[in-house]
Amino acid sequence: MVEVPLTHGLVLAVILFLLGLVGLLTRRNIFFMMMSVEIMLNAAGLAFIVGSSRWAEADGQLMFIFILSMAAAEVAVGLALILRFYKEYDTLDADAASKMKG
Amino acid sequence: MVDLVPVIVLLPLVIFLLLAFFGHRLSTSVIAVLAVSGTFISTILTLVLGWSFLSSPPEGFFLAAHLWEWMSAGGLSVAISFHLDTLSLVFMFVITFVGFLILVYSTEFMQGDEGYARFFAYINLFIASMLILVLADNLLLMYLGWEGVGLCSYLLIGFWYQDPANGYAARKAFIMTRIGDTALIIGLLLMFMEFDTLNIAEILAAAPSKWAQGEPTATLAAFLLLGGAIGKSAQLPLQTWLPDAMAGPSPVSALIHAATMVTAGVYLIARTHTIFELAPMAQQAVAIIGTATLLLAGFSALVQKDIKRVLAYSTMSQIGYMFLALGVGAWSAGIFHFMIHAFFKALLFLGAGAVILVVHHEHNMFKMGGLYKKLPVVFWTFLIASASLAALPLVSAGFYSKDLILWEVFASESGGTTLWLLAFAGAFITALYTARMVLVTFFGKTGIEPTNRPGPRIAIPLVILAVLSLAGGFIELPHSMGHIQLFSGIIHHTLPPVTLRGLSASSELILQIITGLSCLVAIALAYLLYRRNTALVNNFKQTGLGAWLHSFWNSGWGFDSVYQALLVNPVVALSRINKNDVIDLISVGLSEVLARTNRVMVTTQNGKIRWYMTVIVIGAIITITISILI
Repeated sequence: MVEVPLTHGLVLAVILFLLGLVGLLTRRNIFFMMMSVEIMLNAAGLAFIVGSSRWAEADGQLMFIFILSMAAAEVAVGLALILRFYKEYDTLDADAASKMKG
Repeated sequence: MVDLVPVIVLLPLVIFLLLAFFGHRLSTSVIAVLAVSGTFISTILTLVLGWSFLSSPPEGFFLAAHLWEWMSAGGLSVAISFHLDTLSLVFMFVITFVGFLILVYSTEFMQGDEGYARFFAYINLFIASMLILVLADNLLLMYLGWEGVGLCSYLLIGFWYQDPANGYAARKAFIMTRIGDTALIIGLLLMFMEFDTLNIAEILAAAPSKWAQGEPTATLAAFLLLGGAIGKSAQLPLQTWLPDAMAGPSPVSALIHAATMVTAGVYLIARTHTIFELAPMAQQAVAIIGTATLLLAGFSALVQKDIKRVLAYSTMSQIGYMFLALGVGAWSAGIFHFMIHAFFKALLFLGAGAVILVVHHEHNMFKMGGLYKKLPVVFWTFLIASASLAALPLVSAGFYSKDLILWEVFASESGGTTLWLLAFAGAFITALYTARMVLVTFFGKTGIEPTNRPGPRIAIPLVILAVLSLAGGFIELPHSMGHIQLFSGIIHHTLPPVTLRGLSASSELILQIITGLSCLVAIALAYLLYRRNTALVNNFKQTGLGAWLHSFWNSGWGFDSVYQALLVNPVVALSRINKNDVIDLISVGLSEVLARTNRVMVTTQNGKIRWYMTVIVIGAIITITISILI
């Protein structure tokens, strides 16, 4: 089994993170924004996994499981919010919810 | 016996509160009864108190009534407590008794006025404040009374507030006296710094050991007290408010601006006499101010047309005599003249008020004339009071009190011939303008027809005061005639006797004959000038000098215009420049800057979640970049 070098894994994680970030900033659809957040979370998880395999420690994998369960909970809440959001505004455009402006 | 003192003070205060809160619901007669009753009981109690005080004098010749602690902080401890000695007893008697007579008079005088209850509420508050002033055992409580009477004076001068001129006169009086009051409070603080107490008796006891004769601090303290006294007593140079204060109702002029409040300065100086004795320069200043004022006001009284303004200037002049007496150390003579003056000047104001009331509120005495047959009671009482003011020899009380002052000014160690001559000239002028006032008002061609004769509630106080203006003098007779010293005997328990130069008794008699004759000459001259040969005066008025003198004296020696030019106009000009409040720009500018910044910053708070995220990301990038670079 060929070992993946640490840098490759980290570069992939960074690319994933940036993809998620750019998606988050550019997308207006709140649904896609949430998906971008998921990608960013998984990028962070990937970085943990890579680190864990590099130093052969279980901590990183443990962290990934944490992130995974946290993401699951977040999705549950997020989807519920999106449902409410859609009922309220009849759209999924995040910019529609700007009542809190100063 | 001591317990009576707080009751005497409290009664008018309670009446004030009753009238102030329920006055508008009560009928006129109930208000009248209520208004008079408090001071009536106080008068009775004062007489009882005075009688028992004098018949069985307490230890040290004073009574102290401690009520409660007013404030206590650090070294300062001020009590609400009263100190009754013979000096305050005299003042108390005048305040309650004359106050009572004036209240009775006012119940008729103010009949039909819409502010009936308000008027009596103010007067009762005034009487309470004045009693606090003369009974206070510490300077701060005295200052409370001092400001209380000032407030009542303001309220009562501007009593008919619908006329803006009255409001102006009230403000003028208040502000002019405030100037003196400021000096007084500084003096109080100085005393506290020096003695660590405000108790008058303690200060007077400690002063001679703490201060040497003529020490600068003592002089400063005395001058500050004098500042307060001249403001309240309308002496040079703070005298200009008194003639304008005549805008108030006549009973107010009688009570506040003749009998009691304006003599508060005399009381203050007499009360703190030890400090003035330690500061000969200040005491000399008292004498000089008194002399200057009595002459200046005398000349001004000579040319006034308004009967009340004649009396106002005459009040200034008579208080000038009291100041002169205090200035040469003739304490009891000054207080004696205060008492007699309270009687006859209150009577003069009440008489003038009664005349003004029945001639359709006309103040110009040249439009009156020939009233002696129409208003006999007013005429005779007014005549008696005028005789007292002019110091008509032998029969009038004013002769004995003013003669005492003149003699002691002449004979006192700190007095002398110059002061006597000036005071003597003042006495001559006094007799002259008094005779002029009586002749013009009551004799000659009939002017305005009086509507009706005043009723008993006006007449009876006039008669009582007239009796006192005649008989009051017999309790203090000079060496040359009878030598009765009832009054100074009482006062000398509180104030030291005058130190004389040791002149012979015959010189006293000679001086008395001179002053007595001069009074008669002045009256004869007035008869000649204002009755027999009026053309003489009128012709003189036509000449350049005469016209100038007339307008100069009429305007009170131009003090008003000098103050207008020197003080009022610059202040008004400054305030016009500073209309938008320069100092305020700092705080206003600060809030303006904050508001503008807020308006800029608030645009970033646009409610768009993607914008927030962008800002967070940019911020994170900047932070990370900085932390990497550093």
